[in-house]
Amino acid sequence: MSASYILKRVLAAFVTLLFILVFNFFLFRTLGDPVKLIARDQQMSVDEQDALRKQLCLDRPPLEQFTQCYMPQLLHGNLGQTASGDDVSTLIWDRIPKTLLLTGTATLLATIMGVWVGIKAGWKRGSRFDRWTLMTSMTFYSTPEFLLGMFFIIVFAAWLGWFPISGYQNVVTPTTGFAHVLDVLNHLFLPCLTLTLGYFGEYSLVMRASMLDVVAEDFTTASRAKGIRESEVRNRHVVPNAMLPIITASVLYFGFIIAGAVGVEYVFSYPGLGLLTVDALDSTNLALLEGLFLFFSAAIIVANLVADVLMGYVDPRIRYG
Amino acid sequence: MSAVSAPTGERSARQIAWSRRLRAGKASWAIYRTSGIGLAGLAIIVAFVVIALLAPLLANKSGTLITYVAEQHQPHNAPPSLAYPFGTDHFGRSVLTQVIWGARVSLLVGAIATLGALLIGSAIGLSAGFFGGRVDGILMRLTDWFMVIPWLGLALVLAAIMGKGLVSIITVIVITSWAFPARVIRAQSWAVSSRPFVERARAIGSRDSHIIATHILPNSMPIIFTQMVITGASAIYTESLLSFLGMGDPNSVSWGTTLEDAFNQGALTAGHWWQIVFPGMCIILAILALTMIGYAFDQVLNPRLRDR
Amino acid sequence: MNESVLSLRNVEITYQLRSGPVPAVRGIDLDVPAGSVVGLAGESGCGKSTVGNAILRLLPEETDVTGQILMQGQDILLMKGKELRAVRWGQASIIFQGAMHSLDPVKRIDEQIAEAIQAHDAKITPKATSQRVGELLEMVRLPARRGREYPHQLSGGQKQRVMIAMALACKPALVIADEPTTALDVMVQAQVLDLLRELQAELGLAVVFITHDLSVLTEICDRIAIMYAGKLVEEGDADTIFTQPSHPYTKALGGAFPRIGNLEDRFTPAGLDGDPPLPQAMPSGCAFHPRCPVAFDRCAIEDPERFPTPTGGTAACLLLGETRSRA
Repeated sequence: MSASYILKRVLAAFVTLLFILVFNFFLFRTLGDPVKLIARDQQMSVDEQDALRKQLCLDRPPLEQFTQCYMPQLLHGNLGQTASGDDVSTLIWDRIPKTLLLTGTATLLATIMGVWVGIKAGWKRGSRFDRWTLMTSMTFYSTPEFLLGMFFIIVFAAWLGWFPISGYQNVVTPTTGFAHVLDVLNHLFLPCLTLTLGYFGEYSLVMRASMLDVVAEDFTTASRAKGIRESEVRNRHVVPNAMLPIITASVLYFGFIIAGAVGVEYVFSYPGLGLLTVDALDSTNLALLEGLFLFFSAAIIVANLVADVLMGYVDPRIRYG
Repeated sequence: MSAVSAPTGERSARQIAWSRRLRAGKASWAIYRTSGIGLAGLAIIVAFVVIALLAPLLANKSGTLITYVAEQHQPHNAPPSLAYPFGTDHFGRSVLTQVIWGARVSLLVGAIATLGALLIGSAIGLSAGFFGGRVDGILMRLTDWFMVIPWLGLALVLAAIMGKGLVSIITVIVITSWAFPARVIRAQSWAVSSRPFVERARAIGSRDSHIIATHILPNSMPIIFTQMVITGASAIYTESLLSFLGMGDPNSVSWGTTLEDAFNQGALTAGHWWQIVFPGMCIILAILALTMIGYAFDQVLNPRLRDR
Repeated sequence: MNESVLSLRNVEITYQLRSGPVPAVRGIDLDVPAGSVVGLAGESGCGKSTVGNAILRLLPEETDVTGQILMQGQDILLMKGKELRAVRWGQASIIFQGAMHSLDPVKRIDEQIAEAIQAHDAKITPKATSQRVGELLEMVRLPARRGREYPHQLSGGQKQRVMIAMALACKPALVIADEPTTALDVMVQAQVLDLLRELQAELGLAVVFITHDLSVLTEICDRIAIMYAGKLVEEGDADTIFTQPSHPYTKALGGAFPRIGNLEDRFTPAGLDGDPPLPQAMPSGCAFHPRCPVAFDRCAIEDPERFPTPTGGTAACLLLGETRSRA
């Protein structure tokens, strides 16, 4: 695939990032006076407020703020400090691995399951498998992840006691090595199951619809006419074509993947980015909220870029346009 | 061997157009009716709307106030019983009352936010598809940017700055939901605008606004409707999550705030499952119903998805 | 008399839709002798494409197909699994309408042709396959190297030629061409037809040519069979069927095509009022009688069988029966 294709996409991603940075800038500085908001929570004297204002560059005109303070800070990876003096970028950075572990695993499992179910349901349209999985997929799709998490806690943690109710590891008796891994997995199980089932519905429904579209195409009948087995028709021709929209659908769903993760981390008190986000809300930690907003946006932009490049690679109509 | 007779001219063009649309509507309904899923979804949503509208008749509004239930000495955390079919919460409020009155807020927020998002999305989508060229390029760039904004992140920011409450929630949904429908509507608008009769309308000198209103918009209504249903489903989801996380209006009851209260009061660990399950089921059913309607309507639009 | 490569005996095809059964084909007999080109003509909805698809059993599973479809003597309707797959492409292949969508968009051309070859010859080596693919492409006047391309990189006419090459991959005795030129513009149409004619003559293929374009039919076919409302109304020699039509419908069809330069045609366009009947609302007796200019009382009651025509074919019209009994 041509270098110019990738280059154009990367350029577009940068421009989008720029838009987000500008949007973020105006959002936080023009919708209300940030200093007043901070002062509201922390009882600051007028002098302290002025000092803070100077520190945050808020005493200068907007354009100067943007070019002299905002952008340079960002380029250095400085996302500011929270009220308690913690560095925002460090806070965010530290939490990434845990969230990645939870959300990444869930997304991967959900995609695999959803695609497999969608293929089978779409291929044997109207079968009992199809009808059951359709309703199941729709129901899981319609269930907010945080709610599903609570249901699971009620049944499996509180009532049956099979799994811990919250957390990442046993804080009372910390473990190491292999026992630690098991401990983490034990804590990870319910939240991960929740997210997997919550995400699965979308993938299954999209894959099924995609299969139905491709099965109706002429080339499916044409390949059958060539005298190859039904399984070969499905695996060699239908599935590869049906998979293409999944890539686009996954990216569009990304916002909900993030939201689902936040909800689940909150319900399970899982110490990841999601929990950090909700804590930030409670404490009106503007710098942290700003940092998280930027982080999530950047994640979505990157996901879009990856999907575009992947599509370019996988779909010959784009590759050899 | 009779020649085709000329139109009598008794009915105006507008009447003909409307009778055509009516026929198309009836044909769509005939197809929609064959989907059990579609009918079930419709029934559920109608039931919820009726419950929400009849709330004053079904439950005493004071039952949502903590002060009132304290005066009435209603039991705290009571499991479901005949007197309280959905049980009571930590403060003694009947969960059934909460759910009935909560339906109003949850559905209203969903409806208003969806309307707002679709108004913007339709305006942008129809224009982009109709005008094409530079206008299309700029509008689609804008759409792409707004699709990237993480709605949860934005919600938190708005809650911090604008304060918590329904206005914040509706604003978040509108800002982050208009972009996707805009894209879909634009594709349809472009397809319709490419048809010869639109070219003809331009040639005879119709104003652009007239063409969009009388030709492009009606032909795009099916797609717009589907997008409304889809957006509605995600609006209810969003409202419930945001309210649950604490961004809702502390003075009004919604399904999300009911869950928030229950969670914060330790319903999970204390085993008060009814405080979570009943409001939760309502949320799931409402979203599911809209999803089912969207699914059935998809079948009306795309024959490939129909049962043979 | 050539043995028939394909014989249809009283074939009836009924689609099973949610709204009820739809009889698309209501009894067809057809013979395709080896090496000959038989045209299957008719208006949209008469059932000709259905017949074409039925021959290789490509209709949806729920569709009812009764009667016999004999491929080189064997009834294809009784075949299952491996036997059926061997017949598909091995004995008969099909060129679909709209080659634009008959090729898998994400696979290279040579891969798709090779797939057909390898499905019918498990032992063939990759080298031999690739050689054969090259040969086939050259046969349809495409350079062999274009096999490395994807369908979207080819024009409409080129894609159709690829379909033809693919159809010939396993050296079938019969090729079904379902409206192969309808979606192409006229210049390309001519090229593709020329190619088909050449290949047919060279390889001695039997062809069932399905189309509604009568001018194409008369050019390329040996015999022509005309369908109306799911039945054959006339069958005969391509040279005489339109110049000496026996069935009123055939006459109307022939009349509907104006002859360029003929003044009479210019000022008196002929054609038939009305539309072909919907399968759900089939007229009694002869399905054509509501539109027939020479229908008489018995036509509404009796569905005619096929009678011999003066030109050596058959036609399903009571008038022929009348003439016979009167003679």
